[in-house]
Amino acid sequence: MNNELLNELTFFVLAIFVGIEVISKVPTILHTPLMSGTNAIHGIILVGAIVIAAGANSPVTVAIGLVAVILATTNVVGGFVVTDRMLEMFKGRQQSKTRQSK
Amino acid sequence: MTVAITLAYLAAAVLFILGLKQLSSPKGARNGNFTAAAGMVIALIATIPLLRFTAAGAAIIGIGVVIGGIVGTVGARMVKMTAIPQMVALFNGVGGGAAALVAVAELLHFGNHPAFTVAFPSVFSIVIGSISFAGSMVAFAKLQELMTGTPITYPSQQLVNGLLAAAIVGFVIAVLAIASVPFSYLSLMILALVLGVAFVLPIGGADMPVVISLLNAFTGLAVAASGFTLNNFALIVAGTLVGASGSLLTKLMSDAMGRSLANVLFGAFGQLHKGGAAAAGKEGRSVRSASAEALGTLLAYSRRVIIAPGYGLAVAQAQHAVRELAELLEKRGVEVSYAIHPVAGRMPGHMNVLLAEANVPYEQLKEMDEINDEFKNADVVLVVGANDVVNPAARSSPGSPIYGMPILNADQAKNIVFMKRSMRPGFAGIDNELLYDPKTIMFFGDAKDSLTKLVNAVKAA
Repeated sequence: MNNELLNELTFFVLAIFVGIEVISKVPTILHTPLMSGTNAIHGIILVGAIVIAAGANSPVTVAIGLVAVILATTNVVGGFVVTDRMLEMFKGRQQSKTRQSK
Repeated sequence: MTVAITLAYLAAAVLFILGLKQLSSPKGARNGNFTAAAGMVIALIATIPLLRFTAAGAAIIGIGVVIGGIVGTVGARMVKMTAIPQMVALFNGVGGGAAALVAVAELLHFGNHPAFTVAFPSVFSIVIGSISFAGSMVAFAKLQELMTGTPITYPSQQLVNGLLAAAIVGFVIAVLAIASVPFSYLSLMILALVLGVAFVLPIGGADMPVVISLLNAFTGLAVAASGFTLNNFALIVAGTLVGASGSLLTKLMSDAMGRSLANVLFGAFGQLHKGGAAAAGKEGRSVRSASAEALGTLLAYSRRVIIAPGYGLAVAQAQHAVRELAELLEKRGVEVSYAIHPVAGRMPGHMNVLLAEANVPYEQLKEMDEINDEFKNADVVLVVGANDVVNPAARSSPGSPIYGMPILNADQAKNIVFMKRSMRPGFAGIDNELLYDPKTIMFFGDAKDSLTKLVNAVKAA
């Protein structure tokens, strides 16, 4: 096992604990936006997709690369935009709250 | 990997973690999404120096980003709020598909006998990513009603699925131990796609949110595995964060429904009892219904009204009509609040999103625990397009599939007005005793039409 792999395993294990800890107190009303937000974050696969697409040099890898980039971009862009649409309404709600309390 | 790129990836990882943290509290949620998006932009820019472009490679990245960007933006902008759950399923599925394809491409790049440290995570990513892709597509089809939302079952289904899973594991071992050739990756992918479909088919539409959340965690893990293949720190950390938080979220969601995850995934919930429900409906038990005028008077002269909204309200796009009715009642001095069941709508928190969209004031939305003791003081509870979340069978009949699920105590109110299109059972396919309760008044029709009629009736009262 080389050093790089050991480092990667360390990040992996620590990230598991952080991932669990960081959302442990989420209220029910935020379950849907949180799911949608995490969904957008795994769109990071776009990084992987452009790495493999950049080096594409045969018809097969070009096809795989193109499809991977399309799918991953859809994941990132769609994920963040749809999450923002949901949360935009929460913001509106808080404004109406402050308006009423004044 | 140079120092600068690694530091940029570290910054991105920190932003993802902060984003998730903010997303879990109502105040910072929207900023959390921006924070995470900023992390994504940093990670993408930092990757550019890593790329060794071929001519074709540069072209397909350009084309792919433009197409994906348009599809993602248009899809996310155009989707109706009621269709959010299936949209999340779709975006999740494409992410899983991308992870699987990245792993395949990397394996092809390494040739016929890649090292175990490359082959193992790649094969993992292919299997999990493909399951997530196929499963998400089925979840999408079920929620979009392109196919039936009721569980599709056949004899020995779980055994068949188990054998399929065993076959995949066997295949993986063979690929790792003996031969890794392009053909074997393709076969593995196909097997995993079949398993993804077979795994989601027996799960009912009402349980799809939990499934989508689980598949979301799967995609995260597939992405992390691809990160091991590519030796990419950003993929590993971000994918693992999603895998871990997604798994916890899945558990929280099934907890909110009062059920175990195993029961959700393998219980074929809402299928066995369909027949029973239909039979009970045919017994011809009498229900009470009333005119809009009578109900309008009842509401106008109540002191406390609780509205219990469900998915039917959203389907009928009646959020604005219900707010109009509530405002009218409040002007007459009636105390109005909304009782929000944790799984009202089709995802936990979905109903809050829908009502917020219609500008219902935040203070009127009460969580189940907060309002359940107030039902006994309510003159009228108006159940709009909800069913399973007020079904007393969850409390009283141990044989019922929803037994043990926490419900709204709508049955304790002095009058229960049920606005429904028909006597059909709810999404879980279970008959509701409350419909036959002597205190219950049925008001049949489309939720929006019915609410408009009630608005006019209250005005006249």
